[in-house]
Amino acid sequence: MSAAEAGLAAPPDEAGIAAAIAEAAARREPLSVSGNGTKTGMLRPVQAARSLSVRNLTGITLHAPKELVVSARAGTTMAELEEVVASGGQHLIAEPPDLTALLGTSPAAQTVGGVVASNLSGPRRVAWGAMRDHVLGVRAVNGTGETIRSGGRVLKNVTGLDLCKLLTGSHGTLGVLTEITMKVLPKPETTGSLALAGLDAAAGVAALAAALGSPFGVSAAAWLPAGGAARVPALAALGGPVALIRIEDFAASVAYRLGRLRDDLGGHGAAVLLDDDASRAAWRAVRDAEPLEAAPGDAVWRVSVRPSAGPGVLAALAPHGVAGFLDWGGGLAWLAGPADTTTHEAVCAAARQAGGVWMLLRAPEALRAAVAVVPPEAAPLAAITRRVKVAFDPHGILNPGRFYAGV
Amino acid sequence: MIRQPAPKPDVLARRAEIVAGLAALLPPTGTIADAERLRPYETDGLSSHRQVPLAVVLPETTEQVAAVLRFCHEHGVRVIPRGAGTSLSGGALPMQDAVVIGMMRMNRILSIDYADRAAVVQPGVTNIGITAAVQERGFFYAPDPSSQLACMIGGNVGMNSGGAHCLKYGVTANNLLGLKVVTIEGEIIDIGGAHLDAAGYDWLGLLTGSEGQLGIVTEVTVRILRSPEGARAMLAAFRSNEIAGACVDAIIGSGIIPVALEFMDRPAIHACEAFAHAGYPLDAEAMLIIEVEGSTAEQDWLLDRIKEICGRFDPISLRVSASAEESLAIWKGRKGAFGAVGRISPDYLCMDGTIPTSQLPYVLRRIGEMSDSYGLKVANIFHAGDGNLHPLIMFDANDPDSFHRAEAFGADILTLCVEVGGCLTGEHGVGVEKRDLMGVQFNAAELDQQRRIKTAFDPDWLLNPSKVFPLPPDAPSVAEAA
Repeated sequence: MSAAEAGLAAPPDEAGIAAAIAEAAARREPLSVSGNGTKTGMLRPVQAARSLSVRNLTGITLHAPKELVVSARAGTTMAELEEVVASGGQHLIAEPPDLTALLGTSPAAQTVGGVVASNLSGPRRVAWGAMRDHVLGVRAVNGTGETIRSGGRVLKNVTGLDLCKLLTGSHGTLGVLTEITMKVLPKPETTGSLALAGLDAAAGVAALAAALGSPFGVSAAAWLPAGGAARVPALAALGGPVALIRIEDFAASVAYRLGRLRDDLGGHGAAVLLDDDASRAAWRAVRDAEPLEAAPGDAVWRVSVRPSAGPGVLAALAPHGVAGFLDWGGGLAWLAGPADTTTHEAVCAAARQAGGVWMLLRAPEALRAAVAVVPPEAAPLAAITRRVKVAFDPHGILNPGRFYAGV
Repeated sequence: MIRQPAPKPDVLARRAEIVAGLAALLPPTGTIADAERLRPYETDGLSSHRQVPLAVVLPETTEQVAAVLRFCHEHGVRVIPRGAGTSLSGGALPMQDAVVIGMMRMNRILSIDYADRAAVVQPGVTNIGITAAVQERGFFYAPDPSSQLACMIGGNVGMNSGGAHCLKYGVTANNLLGLKVVTIEGEIIDIGGAHLDAAGYDWLGLLTGSEGQLGIVTEVTVRILRSPEGARAMLAAFRSNEIAGACVDAIIGSGIIPVALEFMDRPAIHACEAFAHAGYPLDAEAMLIIEVEGSTAEQDWLLDRIKEICGRFDPISLRVSASAEESLAIWKGRKGAFGAVGRISPDYLCMDGTIPTSQLPYVLRRIGEMSDSYGLKVANIFHAGDGNLHPLIMFDANDPDSFHRAEAFGADILTLCVEVGGCLTGEHGVGVEKRDLMGVQFNAAELDQQRRIKTAFDPDWLLNPSKVFPLPPDAPSVAEAA
């Protein structure tokens, strides 16, 4: 056991997680909660002498393809979950990214619990919803060691408060997820993409808006600057910035819809069609933020704004040495730049100016401890946040300070 | 009969003072206190329960809502938010000592942004009103509850309403971007905006479906979507519920997710046909309405595949709509199902459980047995793709025994839904109707966890307080006259 692992508990089951939390609650001892630890470099660092991991809670507990549901214990790797879902001819709707390489925190495989706890969604989010939209049920242990279920295994459920959504994206601060049930959908027969070359950010996002506002069921829409496109093998040959638009469906529909989009958007730039393989490769790269040019010491942010405001965010931040690309039709800016307070403040200001939000995804610990890693909440909401935190975790032992100092 | 918390004697005693205080915060016609004009607010879509409130206020701005809530908070007055009053679970049922806040005067569409595919609307805009405002540009708002002509978006947010097309497009929670909410303390909070996803906690997800217990919504930012090129429906009729259920599995298993996949049993088919004359097959035990979207060629291709799949299940009849008009006629029967049942029975209760779809044949068989033992007829309508079951239990409200049997029958059905792995309510909400069944689905620790969240938003439990959570056994209460 390494020194770093000395304070780590990784019980084999939910009862062990509950016992560990109850014990920590009795001792008023904070816990750093994780799965395989691939996302501990996101947000604020947690100050805790002890760690609790769900990595040993593994396995698929329900797989009913005809009912469009799958359940897995929180420590199951995403790779295993995706493989099982694919064996039923289906896929995860939110297309969660694998940011292991970008975050560089741990080379281990990300877990289902980690992806849900951070509500990570990929390119399909713009059309088909986020992880939180497809989490049907959770089991979680709150800060006193009680096991709480919310939701269930059915697709439509409004019984009681929706703790599935609240816990999804809560980064282990309200409860420790032990098992998650998700909706899945049939994997499309094929995919294809339309690449419009040579458009700057504003013109590119206008093309994406036209595509997303078309009747053709676009399932992803991103704009990559020349440097970003060059990092994606399927797009590098186009030699310039690219607006990329995806259709996923039965083969006949993909061909028809891409054709219509090419005709309708032809005026927006030189159009190239990507076949299934090229399309999958390109979107996998976009999903995992590979077009982002982040130097090893750079900070990385995700800024979410109304799609038409995305180009303005890029323009506002260029003078600060911050650059990136746009997914979600322009609404998600992936950004990299100098890891210092001044630059972070510039990113916050650009997000605020656009009426959106930011998340500091990667930075040295000192910076993450010093700045607002997500937007501070207005006073009345911040008061509710503190009370809800207490409602789950009265002793403040679960990942304290992960979002906000003192919460 | 349900238990209701005992009215607060001090609030009842200070009624005149409270009404005067509220009137001072609102425009001249914004306060209702005389018995005759309070009467329309005594009930909602669950008309078996009635209670005239202390007063009704009709605010016109967020600031007026904030002033009213601040006042009620200061004076310990309970508050019942109300939209169009279409809740089937009694979500807007008043209490004797409570002020109803009617949101219907806040009925403006504030902005529409086609480039960013979002609209900002006030809570009193009807569900269909949003689509009506954007359809000339080819857009629509996706969730489509059966009550969409009347129900308001504020109520949709409160109940996280669904609809027949949510198999593809999701329910209300999946189609929202932001909310403006007033807390019981009168604080105005902005959640989300025109962008996707929160950076911190998902308050939008928690508030949606919180049944007016955490705050009052005064603005809603919804996602609007571009309509597909077209849509067309088909009918498939089968010899048994089991066969129709297997056909649903086969369609989903083929990789096709129809935009809607509705199931009706024999009594529902007969009731709807008598009402809508849609040409439903009266010799069938079960019928599916299946709708697909896309260009005409895409519709043809999808419907051909679905027809081929249905053909493997020995159908009694298959009918593909040849036109948009014929599709509308097919839907007319289904969308009018509640009215249709109302024609053959003086009264009915509409249940709303969800079940794993594989359990459908078993659940329908058990409902049939219960129907025999309770001596009450039932028609079943089922969102087959997502497992949301609507048994319509027919009874006679003039016969108290019939009503009590209907309530017990409904409770048995919902308990069965939970037993087979489902839940008490898929889209109507808990309200008062299913409040006392919550212990069937949740254990004490889980209910207490939810109650603590309610308390975090509303420490004195003034917001829609007698709904969703079973009353504490020792709470002072009264039996409400049904």
